[in-house]
Amino acid sequence: MDLMMIADLAAATVRISTPLLFAALGGLLSEKAGTFAVGIEGMMLAGAFTGAISAFVFGNVALGFALAALGGAATGSLLAFATARCRADQMVTGLAVNVLVLGLSSFLLRGLFGGRAPVIRLTPPGTWPLPWLSEIPVMGPVLFRQSAIVYLAFLLVVPLTLFLTKTRAGLTLRAVGENPEAAFAAGYDPIRIRMIAIVAGGALAGLGGAVLALQEVGSFTDGMTNGRGFIALAAIMVGRWTPVGAIAGCLIFGFVSALELRAQSWGLPVSSYVMQMMPYCLALALLAGVSRSARLPAAIGVPFIRH
Amino acid sequence: MLEMRGIKKAYGTVQANRGIDLDVAAGQIVGLLGENGSGKSTLMKLLFGVVSADAGTIRFKDKPLSGHGPAQAMAAGLGMIHQHFTLVEAMSVTENVMLGAPGSSPWLSPRETASRIRQESATYGLDIDPDAMIGDLPHGRRQRVEIVKAILRGADLLILDEPTSNLSPPEVEGLLGIMARLRDQGRAIVFISHKLDEVIAICSEVVVLRDGAVAGTCRVEGATRAGLARMMVGRDMPPPIAREATAAGRNVLHVGQMALTERGVERLAPISFSLRAGEILAIAGIDGNGQTELAECLAGLRLPTAGGIDLDGHDITLASVGERTELGMAYIPVDRATMSLVTGMSVSDNLALRDFDKPPLSRGGYLARSYFAERAREMSQRFAIKASGPDIAARTLSGGNQQKIVLAREIGRHPAVMIAHQPVWGLDPGATHFVIEQILALRAAGGAIIYISSSLEEVMTLGDRIAVMQGGRLSIPIDRDTVDLTQIGLMMAGDDSLIHGAAA
Repeated sequence: MDLMMIADLAAATVRISTPLLFAALGGLLSEKAGTFAVGIEGMMLAGAFTGAISAFVFGNVALGFALAALGGAATGSLLAFATARCRADQMVTGLAVNVLVLGLSSFLLRGLFGGRAPVIRLTPPGTWPLPWLSEIPVMGPVLFRQSAIVYLAFLLVVPLTLFLTKTRAGLTLRAVGENPEAAFAAGYDPIRIRMIAIVAGGALAGLGGAVLALQEVGSFTDGMTNGRGFIALAAIMVGRWTPVGAIAGCLIFGFVSALELRAQSWGLPVSSYVMQMMPYCLALALLAGVSRSARLPAAIGVPFIRH
Repeated sequence: MLEMRGIKKAYGTVQANRGIDLDVAAGQIVGLLGENGSGKSTLMKLLFGVVSADAGTIRFKDKPLSGHGPAQAMAAGLGMIHQHFTLVEAMSVTENVMLGAPGSSPWLSPRETASRIRQESATYGLDIDPDAMIGDLPHGRRQRVEIVKAILRGADLLILDEPTSNLSPPEVEGLLGIMARLRDQGRAIVFISHKLDEVIAICSEVVVLRDGAVAGTCRVEGATRAGLARMMVGRDMPPPIAREATAAGRNVLHVGQMALTERGVERLAPISFSLRAGEILAIAGIDGNGQTELAECLAGLRLPTAGGIDLDGHDITLASVGERTELGMAYIPVDRATMSLVTGMSVSDNLALRDFDKPPLSRGGYLARSYFAERAREMSQRFAIKASGPDIAARTLSGGNQQKIVLAREIGRHPAVMIAHQPVWGLDPGATHFVIEQILALRAAGGAIIYISSSLEEVMTLGDRIAVMQGGRLSIPIDRDTVDLTQIGLMMAGDDSLIHGAAA
């Protein structure tokens, strides 16, 4: 393995991790406030769909990202209403939303363009090389010659960590996930806070979907998220419910996926389907190892009922 | 400082408050007495804005208070310490205090908050470490965190909802001291309790509620326990139950050098004792000194790591709970909501939990449903369980009636040995009396009973022999006639010279 291959792997890792990152950070918000983020998959797909369609129709990538966040948030608000307000089961509702978005996006794709799914070709967002850093030999160009959205994904961890640990609102959000009764007694409305967290998380997951469609793939195809939401969910757990941990988790999964892609081109005598299983096998293995010591937010999955 | 007039509140058809007046002055501790269900909690929830009143007015610090929620109540200067704490276990003391603290900055100020906690902690003798995680603190400490939270939020009037119900005697002393210091600083306190002694010890005035109305208000000077109790229940308390001396029966339970070590920590030092039929061995001690471990080792929920247990000639050291049940062991765990009952299941199902798999409750793998209901009715009558029917969920019953289900299930089998761990915890006087009566009836019928409690009063009135647990060790059981209260108190407080765990 030479230096170029390593650089190539690094580039692919970053590329694949970016959508996961948005989704994982979005899911983290939702889980920290006490709602399982099973619906990330659907929120990502909704973002991918609205992002791709609007970028295609309006020919504007920035608008695509903005509407993708909106699409994710809209899907999130559906989930938020059902789980937080109506106290529906979080797992079942999340899965239902995933299936709903899968069907709805495929249906609308055809419906909007007269019965036949159009071939959507999208121009990826322009890159924005960082001065100095991008000039580092070999790794510079691969890591620091990215679009703004990629930098945003990785920088997002800073405000998110600050928000969760240093602000009043972040403390309240965590309290709602740990013990909503305590937050309620402190004068907050846990249901409202959970809804806000889910919707905000949905917006981030939607952005993740848009990154996937607009940048990684450059198109929209049916069910294109293909389990990435669940990988993001695993990354949250592997990262033990911290933003920095979630980044690490996403990078691990991104790296394994990159390895899988490259392994195919290296011509290893292994079925490509087996290779495609690798990220999921890793997710299972890591979760089995981590779950014993990891601490979920105590009130996750438990609806808040005002007595 | 506080003026409540004509407060009314109904839940469905139940009138929880039917026109209550309450006055509290600054620097005063007012006791709010009443049995469970007399309307104390409802009244305080109304004051704190957790629920809204149907009628009546509240004036606090000369300003009307109406249509308020907890946030407005706190802003006005009310603080409430609930029976179930509203603390986040995975967070530190400081984080819990910062949660919902007044202020407009979006940023948290942990350092400043911690120093204020230290300051108040010193003023009131709370002894709280701001950096401790709530999950690591014992119950009594958590309560003090709740108090410091309320103080730092500027509470001038504190509502303490049955604050002593699961504190050990020294913790109660400590709390009463803190309350006195709060009063001396000019704060007012509403002290909800059904323990007469505590109310008499700390309050200047007592308001007694019964059936949602004020049954009487009186100054504490001159009030007697009997007088207050009469006001509470509306009748004279039955006299303490006379116990007949039973002839010492044969030994049914023998515990020899039983010890428990978990993850390298010694939970129980080698414990030995014997128990005779028709005898109550009462075990005193402050909570968390190995009582739960002892009870669970005997009941089969944990396995001792050394020593043995012999029940009527059978070695049950490693026997399963089911095998112990077969041999006549019964167990009333300390936590009825999670250990004794499946609260989401019906009364009849809960009554059947011990023997649903045997005839007549089941035949050939099928449950005999009709018999479930029949037995539930019979048991409800015998044990005075007040439930609207056998199919109602146990969750909807009061604590007293829940405990009666447990009693019915455990005593109804005529056990040879029963382990009762704090069986009257949190019950009102009526239910307490009933439970004690049933336990004494079991004793009279030849049952051997281990009665574990942190209440000295219960231990002294019930035990034929009395022992103390401290630091995982059990003292030599002493006959009730030769027992010395100071000695017991000293042992509970951890005077090592009096504990001989390995002896007997």
